[in-house]
Amino acid sequence: MSEPSSVLVVGASAAGLATVESLRRGGYRGTVTVVGEEEHAPYDRPPLSKQVLSGNWESDRSRLRTESALVETGAEFVLADPAVRLDPADRTVHTASGRTLRAEAVVLATGLRPKRLPGRDAAGVHVLRTLDDSLRLRAELSRARNVVVVGDGVLGSEIAATARDMESDVTLVGPQAAPMADQLGPRVAGMLGELHAERGVRLRSRAGVEALQADHGRVTGVRLETGETLPADAVVVAIGAAPATDWLADSGLRLDDGVVCDSRCRAAAGVYAVGDVARWHHEGLDQSMRLENRTNATEQARAVAANLLGADRPYAPVPHFWTDQFDAKIQVHGVPHPESEVTVVEGDPAERRFVARYARRGAPVAVLGWNRPKQVRARRQEVVETFSVPALEPS
Amino acid sequence: MKVTVDQESCVASGQCVMTAADVFDQRDEDGIVELLEDQPTEDRAEDVRQAAALCPARAIRVEGQSGFVR
Repeated sequence: MSEPSSVLVVGASAAGLATVESLRRGGYRGTVTVVGEEEHAPYDRPPLSKQVLSGNWESDRSRLRTESALVETGAEFVLADPAVRLDPADRTVHTASGRTLRAEAVVLATGLRPKRLPGRDAAGVHVLRTLDDSLRLRAELSRARNVVVVGDGVLGSEIAATARDMESDVTLVGPQAAPMADQLGPRVAGMLGELHAERGVRLRSRAGVEALQADHGRVTGVRLETGETLPADAVVVAIGAAPATDWLADSGLRLDDGVVCDSRCRAAAGVYAVGDVARWHHEGLDQSMRLENRTNATEQARAVAANLLGADRPYAPVPHFWTDQFDAKIQVHGVPHPESEVTVVEGDPAERRFVARYARRGAPVAVLGWNRPKQVRARRQEVVETFSVPALEPS
Repeated sequence: MKVTVDQESCVASGQCVMTAADVFDQRDEDGIVELLEDQPTEDRAEDVRQAAALCPARAIRVEGQSGFVR
């Protein structure tokens, strides 16, 4: 495809903004429009469960760019106006307020929506996805005594740590054997569970939630399947999120836990997807993949921008994520399958400073650093080959 | 081009070193960014701007143009 004369980006968050900036850095001079659901200028999400939630940062600090930096991109930002329909054939997007936006190429960057527990939410029940969610939860935590976090993935674990640091009484409930066991494997997740317990977080692992209890419309507790009831004046539901594709239901695009794309992150002619919402074919692993992490938003945006400008390159990253909980800074390059063999290759887990290598069937799949940022980054090279697109055989 | 880094904001992700190892490094003990070269030559401009764009903490500032074409 030759360079499009105009690009419309749907979604005004990290991936959407990075697409715009990568296009401009790549020399693109065409018309760029960004349409976003929220009223806020693009902001960063990782601080929402940490610095913004704790109040250590004012909300403005999560802004990704100043107003003048946004102006410099030359893109038009249409905010507080969610997209409600896409017609991929003529790449037209309709918005809630009745706008009709058309471009030669459309980039879908609508992200995720948090899952909720069934039934109507009582007061005191929260999810965390947006800046407004974070500020609401912050206000609640500042007065809550008993906080229950439902969900022991990365978000739930981070929220539990932040709430505990704010001196709430915190219980972390989830189905896994230890916090983040699916992401870190049992050994390192076990260490994370020990850290939480040491800092006073009560853990209810391998625990299912039966129901939230409420009185006069206000949450009072969480009843577990074991029969135990945890008293709560604030409950955070962090049980995962689903790609925000409801608005694409009748678009004709293939949707399957995300917008299904080829290895170029292309969903249809002139339609691309980027960030949390995009499911694409990772050629290096030869498998379908969707990543919910901050680094991917920027890297995939760069790849999509290059492909929009004619590069025709597969997107085959080494996934990378990090999490900060209490004084633990955990960074991962690769995908640590829970059944990997884990070898400590540097440092000492007892001192909580180490690098571990994860391997499956002999092949390295990830390196993980615990308070060892420089050392784990230096070992990223060890997993690169696993994710690389095989070179074509010389003929 | 002139580059500055904010060690207070840095989250030690190391993205900058992966992008421009001749300009950025990390401290051994905590991975916080260290600037090796505050006035990189023009042929390094694209990588340095890319490093600034990839930084999850927005801790890298590049003075001069944004590198955007309009």
